[in-house]
Amino acid sequence: MDRFFAMGGYAQYVWPSYALALVAFVGILVVTRSTLKKREAEFERLKRERQDG
Amino acid sequence: MHKYANPTVFMRLANAVLPWAAGACVLLFAVAIPLALYASPADYQQGDTVRIMYIHVPAAILGEMVYGLMAAASATYLIWRHQLAALIARAAAPIGAIFTALCLITGMLWGQPMWGTFWVWDARLTSMLLLLFLYVGYLALGDAFEDQERGEKAAAVLALVGSVNIPIIIFSVEWWNTLHQGSIFKMNGEGMKVTVSPEMLAPLFTMMGAYVAFFVTILVLRMRIEILNAKIRNARITQAAAPMVATQAAQAR
Amino acid sequence: MAMTRKRRRLYFIGLALLGLCAGTALVLTAFQDNIVFFFSPTEVAAKKPTPSQRLRIGGLVEAGSVQKTGTTVSFVVTDNANTLKVAYTGILPDLFREGQGVVAEGHMGADGTFQAREVLAKHDENYMPREVADALKKSGRWQDGGAPAATEAPSN
Repeated sequence: MDRFFAMGGYAQYVWPSYALALVAFVGILVVTRSTLKKREAEFERLKRERQDG
Repeated sequence: MHKYANPTVFMRLANAVLPWAAGACVLLFAVAIPLALYASPADYQQGDTVRIMYIHVPAAILGEMVYGLMAAASATYLIWRHQLAALIARAAAPIGAIFTALCLITGMLWGQPMWGTFWVWDARLTSMLLLLFLYVGYLALGDAFEDQERGEKAAAVLALVGSVNIPIIIFSVEWWNTLHQGSIFKMNGEGMKVTVSPEMLAPLFTMMGAYVAFFVTILVLRMRIEILNAKIRNARITQAAAPMVATQAAQAR
Repeated sequence: MAMTRKRRRLYFIGLALLGLCAGTALVLTAFQDNIVFFFSPTEVAAKKPTPSQRLRIGGLVEAGSVQKTGTTVSFVVTDNANTLKVAYTGILPDLFREGQGVVAEGHMGADGTFQAREVLAKHDENYMPREVADALKKSGRWQDGGAPAATEAPSN
């Protein structure tokens, strides 16, 4: 197990690469989903306003 | 084919693809990550740093491919004025930028232990950095104008002009001396040759598939955002210009 | 009418891109010397750089040429046509090996030895497990200049 984490002495380069990829992918997914939710809510609000006004 | 130029028709198709792309993405990553980190062998020269390749190379290829898609969509928009094309380009850009940035940073993390340096200004690294700047410029330009359409056109022109950089990135390692090694895909008379052993190609290709599925998933979601943006803009304009017509528009929807 | 406008835009964009490609190709060709990252021993021999000129040279580390005296190391860089002697004081990258690619930055010494300030390793695009590399060497199917000396062990 230790050998796996040591990555042949290159742990400090291999693991950050994978961690970074994870952060980047999860990051863009979260940002995209939250933006989508926000826009959907905004559009719904505008639609309601139009119907009321 | 023209039928799909209609955003509504296209989005129906895209929404149908979404769950499959998302599912494929999860599945492929679940296979690719253990393959890349554990089940594949270390390199005879580079030891375990070769595992950085499974993150780095797909990021580079996707960064270039997404830019190609963006440039083609921008050309389609500029020539035929298809709104759908502009939509695809704008939705794809941030994803391509992330891939390119990831490629650059993992490249540094790989270069330091193997080459002995994080960064050099050789043709490959410099042209890849330029690609990131093109993405950033595209995104900035799209938002820089008060008039939405002008911004869109300016960004599309930049995307097209920047597309000359793509062959430069790809062939830089053949045209000039570089510190970066040559391409692992070699074209010769008999077809394509890959200079990576099969045990290492398995994680590489699985990871590539995962990246593509991830791209498609995020692209569809971002296209929904762009369509909503357009609808919100239109709603605001009609509201401001003629409040009476607004109800009509709402009904027409 | 609308058709011709689209046609015209298509031609215009096509021509503009063509011109852009041609212009880029011209510029890149003109600046060839500034874009290459290093010069081979053959190019160095032709250029005859003065000691005040900083430049990068590159090629393969000739097998059996590495000599270490304290922290100073000297080796011969070859492009299989010409060779160039290099002297360097400092830490070498993990991948620095005889028979492997190398790029050095520095200047020509008065004695014809390249005085390196920085040495970087350049590896090729062949990736394979240790066993495959050994098997290839054993069966005599090992090829290309990047082949490492058989005695040289990987860094880990």
